[in-house]
Amino acid sequence: MDGVTAPAAGSATVTRTFDLATTSVRALNRFLHHELAASGATDVVVEHPGGRHSIAVGVDHAVNVDIRGHAGYYVAGMNKHAHVTVHGNVGWGVAENMMSGTVRVKGFASESAGASGHGGTLIVEGDTSLRCGIGMKGIDIVVGGSIGNYSAFMAQAGRLVVCGDAGDALGDSLYEAVIYVRGRIRSLGADAREEPLTDADVQALTELLGRAGFDHDPRSFKRVASARGLYHWNADAQQEY
Amino acid sequence: MNKPVERPPVPTAAPRMQREESRGYDRRIIDYIQGAAASGLYEIRGLGAKRHLPSFDDLVFLAGSASRYPLEGYREKCTTKTVLGTRFARKPIELDIPITVAGMSFGSLSANVKEALGRAATELGTSTTTGDGGMTDEERHSSKTLVYQCLPSRYGFNPDDLRRADAIEVVIGQGAKPGGGGMLLGQKVNPRVAKMRTLPEGIDQRSACRHPDWTGPDDLAIKIEELREITDWEKPVYVKVLAALRQAVDALEDMNMRGKVQLVISGGIRTGADVAKALAMGADAVSVGQGVLFALGCNSETWVGDGVHHDATDGYAALGTAPGFCHHCHTGRCPVGITTQDAILERRLDPAVGAKRVRNYFRTMNMELTTIARACGKSDVHHLEREDLVALTIEAAAMARLPLAGTQWIPGVNGF
Repeated sequence: MDGVTAPAAGSATVTRTFDLATTSVRALNRFLHHELAASGATDVVVEHPGGRHSIAVGVDHAVNVDIRGHAGYYVAGMNKHAHVTVHGNVGWGVAENMMSGTVRVKGFASESAGASGHGGTLIVEGDTSLRCGIGMKGIDIVVGGSIGNYSAFMAQAGRLVVCGDAGDALGDSLYEAVIYVRGRIRSLGADAREEPLTDADVQALTELLGRAGFDHDPRSFKRVASARGLYHWNADAQQEY
Repeated sequence: MNKPVERPPVPTAAPRMQREESRGYDRRIIDYIQGAAASGLYEIRGLGAKRHLPSFDDLVFLAGSASRYPLEGYREKCTTKTVLGTRFARKPIELDIPITVAGMSFGSLSANVKEALGRAATELGTSTTTGDGGMTDEERHSSKTLVYQCLPSRYGFNPDDLRRADAIEVVIGQGAKPGGGGMLLGQKVNPRVAKMRTLPEGIDQRSACRHPDWTGPDDLAIKIEELREITDWEKPVYVKVLAALRQAVDALEDMNMRGKVQLVISGGIRTGADVAKALAMGADAVSVGQGVLFALGCNSETWVGDGVHHDATDGYAALGTAPGFCHHCHTGRCPVGITTQDAILERRLDPAVGAKRVRNYFRTMNMELTTIARACGKSDVHHLEREDLVALTIEAAAMARLPLAGTQWIPGVNGF
């Protein structure tokens, strides 16, 4: 049921609830885009998301959005500033093209998690499917489980941390993004290579794992980065393209 | 006794020069093979097909006659107003003419060119389009109506620019290289281009051929819904497809969506007659890319600075080409300052001069369009229809599914 919960005594939290069993995604997004600031709400709760698409997309405010169930495609797409938590699984393109803020998925994510994200942090506590971090442009992605094939394809900037295993062709055509994998890497993509873990990597991992709330030894991760062999067209390497 | 007749010496037979060229291996193919063998690189080239293909030239209008009254003089007007995005957008875009500027990236084109296009489009009351590489402030500020492209690379793509755009175009296949993604070679990746694309300066920048977060039409429908949600169903969001005008029109007619969903076509539009034929075939508007570059001075012998024409032929020669043949945009050494990021070369295209030339080109096309529409008895260019057209060749008749001129025959549809 939709409604506003007044702040408890001594608390500055004002919660607005949307029940998607009775309210449209359009009404939710309209509120997040245009009515949030005037409402004074600090937290938005979304009940019965029912796997609907485009929940909480294009948000441009520092608000906490709590989605209590499974979400469909593009949840928190193009997010700026907001902190979104999904208490369930998500479909394709969670936090796609995110600019800032935090998105946490308590369950599993389907394909293209964090695709082309420019900033902010995406945390997936379970596994992700194919193409996690494809074309990422500065986002940090931390996955508690494993990731599918073709992940971090053409990843340009940012960091992808995988606490489980990685599938085939990891980091294919990688640019300047860096990938850390704790488990097994089935295969690396073109121009991706394993490199020694540096102190700076350990420091970065410590910070990222801490941000995600995962308790792993940073030194147990492998570092994958670009060999930069495809940065300039090379006729003799054409089978690599 | 008769004296012997003196005859001129019989000339020695010169070897006969054989000049029969192979069809399969003509000089063009031999040159291609030998070039590939020498360099190990395929030739990067633009400017469309290098062989004859059916085009809008193969269609012709049936102008007014006893059954169709042409419009009279100045008294009867022919309107060109065009509205796009009427089905869902709360703010459809309204254009004064149905001719728009196609998406071409900042990166491939200079910032001066993007500004020139914005100025021209604004003066004409039409739209211009961003391109792979994101939106520049210059083009936003100079363009009254700016279409923002959502491309596979998502270079520079962000929600702020999405919100300050007037319409959103989801790109499936770039006109210059359908199915092939793209590559901006390192020589055109200056610090500004690199920053916009979140990549190191000077490296080759590839554009993916697939979108990162959807595959297939079912996903695309959800992606479009997301873009509409982000922009609060305010702006038109549409899909750019290539070279399938008749099929697209058929699909809309099958779904009873003609007039509800607008169709903008791009590719091969060069003249006002081409525009008229595209509209008659079912398009609501057209986008022009290559023609705009020629209008700006692409392949001209000169560039204009301070009102004076300066010779550019040395620049073409340095690239191993000449005016009229140049398709060396990828080098970044455009002799007339259009497809370059070089600080000196880009000054060869003054935005004011470029804007005026594009404006003149579009106005000329628009006049041709209305002249044809008026001759066909239409008071609105959007009233042009397939029945106004016939085809001059069997191939064009079959592809456009129009009758062959002088007959009722549509190959593949009636008869055989």
